[in-house]
Amino acid sequence: MHELSVTEDIMRIVNDHAGRNDAKSVTDVYLVIGELSSFIDDSIQFYFNILSPDTVADGATLHFDRIKTRFRCRNCGTEFEPEERDWTCPECQALGGDVIAGKEFFVESIKVTT
Amino acid sequence: MAESSSAATRVPVVAKLLTANEQVAAGNRATFQGHGNLVINIMASPGAGKTTLLLATIELLRAASVKVGVIEGDVASQVDADKIATTGAPVVQINTGGSCHLDAPMVRSGLEALPLEGLDVVFIENVGNLICPVSFDLGQDYNIALLSVPEGHDKPYKYPGIFEAVDLVVVTKSDLLPYLDFEVDTFRELVAGLNPNAPILVVSAKTGDGMDAWTNWVQERLEDGS
Repeated sequence: MHELSVTEDIMRIVNDHAGRNDAKSVTDVYLVIGELSSFIDDSIQFYFNILSPDTVADGATLHFDRIKTRFRCRNCGTEFEPEERDWTCPECQALGGDVIAGKEFFVESIKVTT
Repeated sequence: MAESSSAATRVPVVAKLLTANEQVAAGNRATFQGHGNLVINIMASPGAGKTTLLLATIELLRAASVKVGVIEGDVASQVDADKIATTGAPVVQINTGGSCHLDAPMVRSGLEALPLEGLDVVFIENVGNLICPVSFDLGQDYNIALLSVPEGHDKPYKYPGIFEAVDLVVVTKSDLLPYLDFEVDTFRELVAGLNPNAPILVVSAKTGDGMDAWTNWVQERLEDGS
């Protein structure tokens, strides 16, 4: 349900950057979304299809770069992707770690025609 | 000028999303700070005991002369605000109209209904949900998560985002521990694995067990901020 406000945010950023680049149209929007952020691709796409007609981004393709969660072990510094029900470090077996990836949530770039 | 072309060029943007919410949250934070309020955002599943914990907390803090106000977030209904109102504490109900979390503009809309100047602590009871409330800054000083004993000790595996982001975890309904398979030590290890800085308190609002540690945590934050 909360993807509407997020998609409005995406539209605002895309329109803004299209203007700065004197774009005639935006053909592609590249999003980076960490696994830990609670946003669903299909739902963003759904609202984008409603919000984008009659804008510079009408018909643009959304690309989702999903970033896997990564931990850095606090004991030995090893970086690893935690399993669904196993957060032990593959090197030293310590549990958990600092989250170093997975919380990303931004518009990385757009593709424009000028 | 470069030759005009219909070929698409990729241009970098790198703009963080949710900045509109964060701007309003910063305004809320300034408003709360201006009134000297300690603001605590409470997140938990539906039925974890957020309102019950608040009812007991309001009475305990009142005994210590701490004045509490509550912002109640729910998808619909006035039920929780009515319960809080029975304590005499100022409360404002925000109905999100289907949205699964509170956002900063919703909290903003409720502020005028609270006598902020006379309050020491403002609790924000977020919509019952372990997933998305954590993505939306409201202008709080502290985020806390409640997890009730019936929900099970393995919840951090399913909802790591919230347990990683909070300043305190409160296990509620500890009076049910003798009847259920909730392993407190396992839960502590999982939360510490993600978030070693968050204390974990185990309480029962029903029996009062552990409630002192919780109200002490609130009062320590209050003293830190004053």
